[in-house]
Amino acid sequence: MKIRAKINGHLREDEVEPRLLLVHYLRDVAGLTGTHIGCETSLCGACTVLLNGEAVKSCTLFAVQADGSEITTIEALGSHDKLHPLQEGFWEEHGLQCGFCTPGMILAAYQLLCRNPHPSREEIRKGLEGNLCRCTGYQHIVKAVEYAAQKIGSPEA
Amino acid sequence: MPSTILGERIKRKEDPRLIQGRGHYVDDIKLEGMLHMAFARSIHAHARIKSVNVTHARSSPGVVDVITGEEIKGKLGLVPCAAGIEGLKIPDHPCLATEKVCYVGEPIAAIIATDRYLARDAADKIEVDYEPLPVVTDPEKALQADSTVIHPELGDNVAFVARLEGGDWRAVESDNTLKVIKQRLINQRLAPVSMETRGVVAHYSPGEEMLTVWSSTQIPHILKTQLALMLGIDEPHCRVIAPEVGGGFGSKLNLYGEEGVACYASRKLGRPVKWIESRRENLLATVHGRDQINNVEVYVQPDGKVVGLKCWIIADLGAYHQLLTPAIPTLTALMILGCYHIKNVFVETRGVFTNKMATDAYRGAGRPEATYIIERVMDMVARELNMDAADLRMKNFPSPEDFPLDLPTGVTYDTANYQKTLKRLLKMSGYARLRKEQEKLRKQGKYLGLGLSTYVEICAMGPSSRMPAGGWEFGSVKVEPTGKVTVLSGTSPHGQGEETTFAQIAADVLGISFDDVTVYHGDTFQVPMGIGTFGSRTTAVGGTAIYNAAMQIKKKMARIAAHKLNVKPGELIFSEGKIRTRDGAKSMGFAEVAAEAIFAKELPAGIEPGLTAHSFFEPSNYTFPFGAHLAVVEVDAETGEIKLRNYYAVDDCGRVINPMLVDGQIHGGLAQGIGQALWESHVYDENGQLVTGTLMDYAVPKAHQFPWFETETMETKTPINPLGAKGVGEAGTIGSTPAIVNAVVDALSPLGVRHLDMPLQPEKVWRVLKQRATA
Repeated sequence: MKIRAKINGHLREDEVEPRLLLVHYLRDVAGLTGTHIGCETSLCGACTVLLNGEAVKSCTLFAVQADGSEITTIEALGSHDKLHPLQEGFWEEHGLQCGFCTPGMILAAYQLLCRNPHPSREEIRKGLEGNLCRCTGYQHIVKAVEYAAQKIGSPEA
Repeated sequence: MPSTILGERIKRKEDPRLIQGRGHYVDDIKLEGMLHMAFARSIHAHARIKSVNVTHARSSPGVVDVITGEEIKGKLGLVPCAAGIEGLKIPDHPCLATEKVCYVGEPIAAIIATDRYLARDAADKIEVDYEPLPVVTDPEKALQADSTVIHPELGDNVAFVARLEGGDWRAVESDNTLKVIKQRLINQRLAPVSMETRGVVAHYSPGEEMLTVWSSTQIPHILKTQLALMLGIDEPHCRVIAPEVGGGFGSKLNLYGEEGVACYASRKLGRPVKWIESRRENLLATVHGRDQINNVEVYVQPDGKVVGLKCWIIADLGAYHQLLTPAIPTLTALMILGCYHIKNVFVETRGVFTNKMATDAYRGAGRPEATYIIERVMDMVARELNMDAADLRMKNFPSPEDFPLDLPTGVTYDTANYQKTLKRLLKMSGYARLRKEQEKLRKQGKYLGLGLSTYVEICAMGPSSRMPAGGWEFGSVKVEPTGKVTVLSGTSPHGQGEETTFAQIAADVLGISFDDVTVYHGDTFQVPMGIGTFGSRTTAVGGTAIYNAAMQIKKKMARIAAHKLNVKPGELIFSEGKIRTRDGAKSMGFAEVAAEAIFAKELPAGIEPGLTAHSFFEPSNYTFPFGAHLAVVEVDAETGEIKLRNYYAVDDCGRVINPMLVDGQIHGGLAQGIGQALWESHVYDENGQLVTGTLMDYAVPKAHQFPWFETETMETKTPINPLGAKGVGEAGTIGSTPAIVNAVVDALSPLGVRHLDMPLQPEKVWRVLKQRATA
């Protein structure tokens, strides 16, 4: 089956098996390995990407379901010269250790901040309940998101 | 006086690539002609294999080969066990099962295909004719004379019995003035669940006869040696690379059969072979943690002084040994006396085979079990004697002047000030105020609980005389012709941040910018020797090796600069990229001196050109970080729900090199220790089927389940290494589990609750409360 999608601003057209998961399409066909796989039961959130601006778990979608969509992965959120405030926040606040959950966590936090630009700590924790982290104990992740919310909300942003 | 960057909160060097998704974990490695491997695994916990039919798998689309246990006999070595325990029984552990299977998930056949989906399709077509055998899942039943024996050639289900004894038990047992308190404790089986599962890419290059292996491992050098032995390849023809590794927690401190099979397959087929573990496989067939039954007896004077402790440990090891399986429970005996100078100890540890996956190292590895035992016991003693839990502990602490302290368990604790951390914790948490609040709430029928845990742990593994494959660590420092510095470490961090910590150490010694230092680890071609990352050793042992190597570089550069500047080496300081006299009158740039050393136009006599140095640091002892934690819980007496309201921690890990990284380790450790107490449990049913088979069933904690951790650190330096650093990777986990259980029991003690086993799920608490209400 054919899939046409705009991934990180670039249009792609590929022939894929109907059963190919979106996450495998992104990693193995489009070559974007920043999105990670942490489970098979849609629990861990490591595979989170943005599909038409909304955070989705790419392990729970077939690639062909994303036909005609715009997809954003971690690779396009910011760049080495201009990090996204969330990426900055994770760096400033030590919001990552092994880094495996991080791309998915950042994109989930991105959606959280789109919907709730000034979340409380409780709201951040609840908003990230779909993303597991085994390394950080979550506290520095909360601080990272707070940092980003502050930066995005400030006049110079 | 030049300032130091040790102790500074510096952002990590690791992060730029990771926050952009541009790091490379093993599944991100793609090679020309790469094939994908999947495993067919046993669905029975205990069975004879009558036959394995691979015909349909072989003819499945995309399949290049199918490998069975029969094929690899004599060609691929057994999975090794490195534990050295007297009288240890080690069953043969093949990489692929042949005559029988002993746990659900045991690999039976490997399927290699052109893509991972086709490999999985074909794995489902492997037909195994099993003859089921009786299943042994209860370790206490496994010890009974009429139990099925899992490895008949070994006689019974006992892998080892180890005894540790100290003091004068005759005197203790005949002392009628002592009170004896007994308790049975369960330390339940856990799953490590690193976010990245295991994985390996094996690439045998036939022309060069060179095996290159990328593996999500914590021990690349040890893995290299073991794989070379298993495959019959000379070590110089073997290279292991630990790429970015997505967490380990001890579960990747190991050598797994799947790694061996991937290498075998690549050599046979002359093409790279990749295997990436699914999460289901990870929960089934990556090592499990903990799983002990502890029966403890403690002997205490009426004034609260604990004089003796006895414990019988039954360790459920699983069916086979992985690398350190039997060694882990022996660490429990070593640390069972905790922070207390208890003069008489007796511990008997039995390692028992059951039809389950092997247990092995998991964050704390034997020490959380020890701390759980002693800290639950101390709370029970306090309650029995009607003493405050903090007062009872203070009464039993040795004083700082007693250190180094020899304990009857045979360990010598390095330095400590248990009083200081506990006092600070009580002040910082407002303990006295919390006790008043508890009293007030009790009168309203509300149950607030305070749970203390004062812990000490043994880490910075360790003196080589006591380690199976060496306990030293390798570090090297090289100054390039441009003056930049390359640091190599034999450790293998996987989230702990030592690319940053080690750069701080080297930059501090050499007086250069943190930005001018690059740290590498993980590639056995680049780092000549190493042991790895586990046992909270990376900074204490690995960092010291780098410190020592940097000091050697500093000494050599001082001699070269002194010669050029016509001063004595001792007059020079290294500061802000310069090597200069204190008054700054004579000065050379750091890069300038490096160029002198390397271009060697005019070196002083007796100095070789070049600018590299290495060190193998051999620690003379383990180190013993310690701390005091307080958990505050609210228990709903109607639903059994537990709310963790506050968590306070004061941890002393010796010298803090980067406080942000230390906080991160403590938080992560707390999350796992609290997880064990409240939510996590890896469960097999009586048929040996894994019930908690996915993340829907195994309750890894989520962000909204924790309160804000209020943490402080103290620094009681160790004399064991020049940094004074003890280690902190596991301390949070070790200290927190008993704090939580102590808190819940404290909350429910007015209702007569004396003990509850973990995990403290609401239903369990509710049932206990209901029983008491109707009784």
